[in-house]
Amino acid sequence: MSLKGIVEGKYNLREYLAFIGASVLENEKSVFVGTGLPIIASMLAQKTHAPGLLIIFEAGGIGPLLPELPISVGESRTYYKGISASSMHDTMSLSQAGYIDYGFLGAAQMDVYGNINTTVIGDYALPKVRLPGSGGANDVASFARRLIIIIANQSKRTFVNKVDFLTTPGYLDGPGGREMAGLARDTGPYRVITQLGIYGFDEKTKRLKLISLYPGVSIDEVKENSNFGITIPHKVETSPEPTERDLKILREEIDPAGIVLGK
Amino acid sequence: MEVLSEGKGELIGWHDPDEAREWVFKNKSRALKNKTMSAKEAVSKFINDEDFIASGGFGHVRVSMAIIYEIIRQKKRNLIMAGKTAVHDLDILVGTGCVNKVEAAYSFGHELRGLSPASRRMVESGQCKVVAEISNAGYQWRWLAAMMGVPFIPSRTMLGTDTGKYSSCKVAKDPFSGKPINLIPAAYPDVAFIHVHRCDIYGNAQIDSILVEDFELSRCARRLIITTEEIVDNELIRREPWRTAIPFFVVDAVVEVPYGCHPCEMPGMYYYDEEHIAEWLGLSRTPEGVDEYLNKYVFSVDNFEDYLELCGGVKKLNYLKKREFLREPMIAPWRKEG
Repeated sequence: MSLKGIVEGKYNLREYLAFIGASVLENEKSVFVGTGLPIIASMLAQKTHAPGLLIIFEAGGIGPLLPELPISVGESRTYYKGISASSMHDTMSLSQAGYIDYGFLGAAQMDVYGNINTTVIGDYALPKVRLPGSGGANDVASFARRLIIIIANQSKRTFVNKVDFLTTPGYLDGPGGREMAGLARDTGPYRVITQLGIYGFDEKTKRLKLISLYPGVSIDEVKENSNFGITIPHKVETSPEPTERDLKILREEIDPAGIVLGK
Repeated sequence: MEVLSEGKGELIGWHDPDEAREWVFKNKSRALKNKTMSAKEAVSKFINDEDFIASGGFGHVRVSMAIIYEIIRQKKRNLIMAGKTAVHDLDILVGTGCVNKVEAAYSFGHELRGLSPASRRMVESGQCKVVAEISNAGYQWRWLAAMMGVPFIPSRTMLGTDTGKYSSCKVAKDPFSGKPINLIPAAYPDVAFIHVHRCDIYGNAQIDSILVEDFELSRCARRLIITTEEIVDNELIRREPWRTAIPFFVVDAVVEVPYGCHPCEMPGMYYYDEEHIAEWLGLSRTPEGVDEYLNKYVFSVDNFEDYLELCGGVKKLNYLKKREFLREPMIAPWRKEG
């Protein structure tokens, strides 16, 4: 791991990813979150630059002020001091109708178009590893205007030419793929966050494109840790670093037990 | 309507809407009757081998564990389960061999706690079959179609993906917009079991939390078992009828089981028993461990109160109450280092 702040012992990878996740989110927008890091990133955003971030959980929790990290996206923390505690029919209908700005998910495998797999590793009929399946991921990726994906372990194993199972839609087979399938207009993957950098998608080709590198990480590392070719623009930014305050919030307020962030 | 493609998943729990109406007419009484009974009676009366079952709540939140343990105790077999964000409920029923078919939206995982060793082992060894894939909204809308008495609900999810291809949905050309639209088939479970905060003897139930999918699920299930933290007077229901989440005429059995969703969370009452869940996640790594767990917590007792004693009794329950109200710190005994 060449990420500068980790080498220097300032923070660990998951803390940094939570910070990067938070930095992608905007104030006064809505975010539909999946389990783990997406929740932590949204909590951090809400406690720093985006106090008006509207957090929505699929099971019915809407607009909470999260007091601690929820283990489940359906537990009572997900509507603690919330705006509404309704139902999955409500949150999914609102999503389908266009009320979600950001969807925020983790994934096990991804291809160059941001299609993700959380169903099986190996053959579908008799899988090597059976993963949980879509859950709400396919829905979030179908409905949100902008999808953010976190993959904490970018490698040739996770950045693949073809996902073993296309659980959740990215740009499917490329430009126009989503529209052709009948998915909502102006939706799709927006950012991918890994242990190396932040990626977006090329407007024309819809292929994964590097946007910024973490301090200390090289472009070669990005290329080496992928089975598919990643578009590298002329100008690559360096990602920001968390402040002491960001880290304090993560460690003391959001996940003091180190459940996701570690100790 | 022109059908553009058909999912290859097995169509579970679908009935012709007229057949479904006829079933309701013949089997669902509109009479206010006392439906209280024991968990043992409810399971033996309403759950049969090979039934398509669905659990309320959300995986390990507001789940009717009293019914789940009773299904295991009565050794029901070949059940098909709705994997509609099914977590602890599904894991234990698959792991113990009661359920051997699943339609999976979210299954075989424990959310932040990781994957489920027991149910994963059953799927990866072919002892449990995933008969169809679907998404969470998809499952939700399968119930919605059934509760509305229509054959399907059109939606814009699962399009273009393997989740859709392995589902029981059909993609058609929408006659209004001309765009492809996903038709999600209705699903009527043979039996559903839902845990609630309070309920009267007739089955009028109040839920003090998100409903998740239970508004729709309660109304589409052919048979519905309600387990409740407490039984209250009908007068209390009538005083605030807007709080009734589930009306009596869709309910078949009412079972009073305080703390009846332990080790899962009952919102506003008690939090997860992480120590107990960690014990299950640890033991269920091997088939022998599953047997050890069952012998210790399920087969050695015949009622929920004795089970709660085994789990730590009043002391543990008081702690779980404090955890729910953030008066005790988070613990994660199942957490792997690294």
